[in-house]
Amino acid sequence: MWVWFHKFGSPRYFYDFAGRCIPWLGAACALLMAVGLYLGLFVAPPDYQQGESYRIIFIHVPSAWMSMFVYVVMASSGAVVLIWRVKLAEIIASVSAPLGASFTFLALATGSLWGKPMWGTWWVWDARLTSELILLFLYFGFMALEAAIEDKRTAARATAILSLVGVINIPIIHYSVYWWNTLHQGATVTKMDTPSIHLSMLVPLLLMAVAFQLYYATVLLIGTRTELLSRERRTRWVAEVIRNS
Amino acid sequence: MEPSTLTALWALMRRDLTLAYRHRSELLNPLLFFVIVVSLFPLGISPEAKTLQTVAPGVVWVAALLANLLSLDLMFRTDFEDGTLERFLLSPHPLPLLVLAKTAAHWIVVALPMIVFAPVLGQLMFLRPDAYWALLATLILGTPVLSLIGGIGMGLTVGLRRGGVLLSLLILPLYVPVLIFGATAVDAAGAGLDVSGHLSFLGALLLLAITLAPLATSAALRVSLS
Amino acid sequence: MSNPSPDPVLEAEDLECIRGDRVLFRSLSFRVEAGTILLVEGPNGSGKTSLLRMACGLSQPSTGAIRWRGENLRRGADRFYSELSYVGHSPGIKADLTPIENLRFDQSLAGGRADLCDILNRMGLGRFMDTPCRFLSAGQRRRVALARLQACPATVWILDEPFTAIDHEGVADLTRVMAEHARSGGLLLLTTHQAVDFDSCEVQTLRLGQ
Repeated sequence: MWVWFHKFGSPRYFYDFAGRCIPWLGAACALLMAVGLYLGLFVAPPDYQQGESYRIIFIHVPSAWMSMFVYVVMASSGAVVLIWRVKLAEIIASVSAPLGASFTFLALATGSLWGKPMWGTWWVWDARLTSELILLFLYFGFMALEAAIEDKRTAARATAILSLVGVINIPIIHYSVYWWNTLHQGATVTKMDTPSIHLSMLVPLLLMAVAFQLYYATVLLIGTRTELLSRERRTRWVAEVIRNS
Repeated sequence: MEPSTLTALWALMRRDLTLAYRHRSELLNPLLFFVIVVSLFPLGISPEAKTLQTVAPGVVWVAALLANLLSLDLMFRTDFEDGTLERFLLSPHPLPLLVLAKTAAHWIVVALPMIVFAPVLGQLMFLRPDAYWALLATLILGTPVLSLIGGIGMGLTVGLRRGGVLLSLLILPLYVPVLIFGATAVDAAGAGLDVSGHLSFLGALLLLAITLAPLATSAALRVSLS
Repeated sequence: MSNPSPDPVLEAEDLECIRGDRVLFRSLSFRVEAGTILLVEGPNGSGKTSLLRMACGLSQPSTGAIRWRGENLRRGADRFYSELSYVGHSPGIKADLTPIENLRFDQSLAGGRADLCDILNRMGLGRFMDTPCRFLSAGQRRRVALARLQACPATVWILDEPFTAIDHEGVADLTRVMAEHARSGGLLLLTTHQAVDFDSCEVQTLRLGQ
């Protein structure tokens, strides 16, 4: 098991392995997204309360799930960086941050679009949106700290600590914000809760969720390969790769 | 013979308090900032008692939070610049405990004056009479958490040249739970409701922060000074 | 994995230091035993300070290990620190405290029961014992920092440019103190640009930047 872990963490092996995976992951992602969107936008019936506008959940909910998932991946990579100093984990955390921030932003944007037809404003301090907003700040903090430190390996260790502190705080922040929201429920009636899930809605939702996962995996591998070439540019295997391409 | 860790911690706290006292003209700055920020709200919103009374708990809490944030620099910056911070990392005493001692000294110097002065600010904002004790209780429980979490941010940014704004970006999201429970507790107390739940939660946050934050801060300091 | 031996030996194996894109040094090893002085020499920017900071355990080398009494620093740092005194580039004293307050704090942290007034007198700071260090010159502040070496007992002394801003007489005094430390079984690692003579002491030289 350790041998596999060690082999997998070797930059050269990972570069080749990831290179072979990317086309498959990309194709699967495109396929699932096409099917999911078709089912979600055309096949699933309109919601009895919200009509057609609810359909944005097929993007909003998977984005929100991904925004949390990516942060957990970053924190896990961070733990690996601090304990075992694996270079690959440093790169995975670094590449994941803008991706996670994008998912968070997408969740916020789609949440806002969902809200406009319902309560007439582009923003409401609803529990989920507020929670996602704070998560966006956590991502920005990570990226800002990384940018502020010159040495990449030191930056990786500092951001690893930050992401671990963040991952412990996220449940606390989440709970606090939800609780705070229940106190002031009278202000607006939010319909951000997913409507009572019918199977015909659940299937496209799950398909989109998997498609988003594949999207993340694909872009992560592409970004990691590029960053790997950049960080290891003085090694022999990178010189070979460049010569052969 | 090596002194016990307890002796070292006590010596460190005394040293920091002495240093703060030698700069006593600057001691009042966080408190003054606290007062000024609170005073801005009537000017920016409205001097009407009713309006101010509604926002009083949040305003006082946000001001305390910001005053604490701005004074975090005091915790490690001078030690970093004159090379004494390095020596703490090279001490056989556990770094998390040294960090805890420094945080405690920081809290005494920065937060304690604010807590003592908070009721006066409550008066300025027409805080409801039933809310005063809750204001003190939440500040006593919450400001140490702010200092402890702030220490983590300070540990991460102490070696960076323009770490100030970055520190705010890193720390403010983590301050949100304390703010929510602190401010809503004061608000609820003013309305005569029971706030034992809020205070328990703040207490739990405090315990969590005391045990975990110094560990994170130590790790951060070792990274910053490597 | 070597067994922790009781001998006071500081050894480094196969150290590598990379700063940004430059490799400062590679495959560097040394071994300092009791009574030995290791002099690290080299031009500016050759990695002398980085090497000393690695020897202290402040920075981690990208490869290689440092061992104290046979135990890797990554694991046995506490035991090393209880026997280490480090004086780096910055003097490491508080400008708002007086020399005697600084030393008293050092003793509360690192131990030692030596008479502080006596030490300060011998370092030529007798008249300034109660003056806050911010009013002392750079050389005087460095003397306060170096006074710590005598105030707090330690087996290993790691000193980065200890003679900066010290005058000739001071250099001679300090050299004598260091030689005395080595003779009584201590270890020394230091960097310096000056030519120093540690009479009748075992001195190794390590040249960086080749």
